[in-house]
Amino acid sequence: MSVIADLIERDRVHGSLYTDPEIFERELDQIWYRTWVYVGHVSEVPEPNDYVRKSIGPQPVIMTRDRQGQIHLLLNRCSHRANMVCDAEQGNSSAFRCPYHGWTFSNTGKLLGYPFNSGYGGTELKAELGLGRVPRVEEYKGFVFGSFAADGPSLSEHLGGATDAFDRLARLSPLDEVEVTAGWVKHRVKANWKMLLENETDGYHPQFVHASIFSVAQSGIGELYGDKSTAVSRDLGGGHTENDLRPEFRRLGQPLGWFGTTAEKLPEYVSAMEAAHGAEQAREILIDGSPHVMVFPNLFIAEIQLFVLQPLAVDQTVQHVTAVQLKGGREMNRRLLQQTIGSVGPAGLLLADDSEMYERNFRGAQALRPEWLVLKRGLHRERTDSDGFTVGDATDEVPQRAIWRRYEELMGS
Amino acid sequence: VTATATDTLREVEQFIFREARLADEHAYDDWEALWTDDAVYWVPFGSDDADPEMRMSVIYDNRSRIATRIKQFKTGKRHSATPPPRVRRVVSNIELLEDGEELRAGANFVVYESRERGITLWAGRAEYQLRRAPDDTLRMARKHVFLVNNDRSLDTLSFLI
Repeated sequence: MSVIADLIERDRVHGSLYTDPEIFERELDQIWYRTWVYVGHVSEVPEPNDYVRKSIGPQPVIMTRDRQGQIHLLLNRCSHRANMVCDAEQGNSSAFRCPYHGWTFSNTGKLLGYPFNSGYGGTELKAELGLGRVPRVEEYKGFVFGSFAADGPSLSEHLGGATDAFDRLARLSPLDEVEVTAGWVKHRVKANWKMLLENETDGYHPQFVHASIFSVAQSGIGELYGDKSTAVSRDLGGGHTENDLRPEFRRLGQPLGWFGTTAEKLPEYVSAMEAAHGAEQAREILIDGSPHVMVFPNLFIAEIQLFVLQPLAVDQTVQHVTAVQLKGGREMNRRLLQQTIGSVGPAGLLLADDSEMYERNFRGAQALRPEWLVLKRGLHRERTDSDGFTVGDATDEVPQRAIWRRYEELMGS
Repeated sequence: VTATATDTLREVEQFIFREARLADEHAYDDWEALWTDDAVYWVPFGSDDADPEMRMSVIYDNRSRIATRIKQFKTGKRHSATPPPRVRRVVSNIELLEDGEELRAGANFVVYESRERGITLWAGRAEYQLRRAPDDTLRMARKHVFLVNNDRSLDTLSFLI
């Protein structure tokens, strides 16, 4: 059995971390079934008794809202003979009935009944045989997280330096609320999940991987990730990482410039933002734009999109993608959705090329030499910002080093 | 069935076969020329009747985004299509659903795609809305592609489906 600490150094990581099935199994136990993992958003189950099928890595989860409005994360497995109790992707029901022997469970996970109950000799099973559940469920700004560990750090401790990203995202809504109502496209790649995780805040790749669309669409995005960019890469602690583009957007000083448009094109949205925040603050918010933050291990707040990583095997990952929708931002939402559809998913003008890179990375990592992957970029110019976070230049590998530090903490203990 | 209806069906079939061949062969310019100026190219995700104005799709291109997509392929730096995958499709069950100023046709298809990742099979139904250009040849105003597995996770789709 490999010793993880031997495979991770400050400026390089061993290739087997991406390809060894035994390490993948350990990751499930040490990371996915232990730390806080993003599961879903409250707006996906808006009404009492709504439910939607979700996942924590390979684990099938049903996110329910009970009659009282409380959110539960239940495992989609009958407590009797392990059949799936929920087939529909989403719906509204106060109960789930197993098709195999008719056992019925409430949407809080309680066993409600089982047919021909005299067959159990009068023993009452209801108290002990509820659905399995994710023991800890917490939410922040409507984002629901689950942890399979009964005890451990709270969600707010876990989010730590990434908390601000949720606040910044919500602030783009005149009602301070994000909605996830556009549905998720599921994009499957033959690659290890950490290749996706690291790529989300890799500021070095856009000019190369996305050169085709930047040139065709005459996009300025490439410049944000150039050698001259004043944007920074940031280690937010806890494995959370960021490409902070605000220095560039502030330098340009153009409200909605980050979204490739102007305030004049979205008058209804801009006036709703001014009414909510005051003209001056609205202007600042609309100049700063949306965060580009990877929340370890599986939620990428990708400016106008959300990505959720779902590892299924050492060589198989599903990237779930949707458009951010802003409550009270009707005029903006259509554009957010249409731009997202163009960019992401299996045929996305951006993401098809990222996914090609993940798969090429994964095939390459099977080669035996040189055994290591190099993460030296920007080591000589790491610095500490005013909040005490480690930052580097836009194209530096500060985020990747931060991810591996957190990974080693979790895998080593 | 009148002779005229048979002629129209035959013409529509030939159009669909040609469109399929141009897509298979990554003949980007010729394929793009099949579209009308108000074209919509739609590949829904989740269900066949999801509202593309409200829900995520795999592709929901207006005419200008079709042009962008084609230009991107032609840069030679669209990594997911460089080199382009080897692709061949069979189109069958072609029906003329509506005849008139606007023609509507439906067809089933199976696509066999080979690339370094391996072989990927794509299957589904395509519906076409066709219109006559001033020179009387057919153009595509809509192409809707309903993949049979569009409610499950999909591989990267980097050719014209």
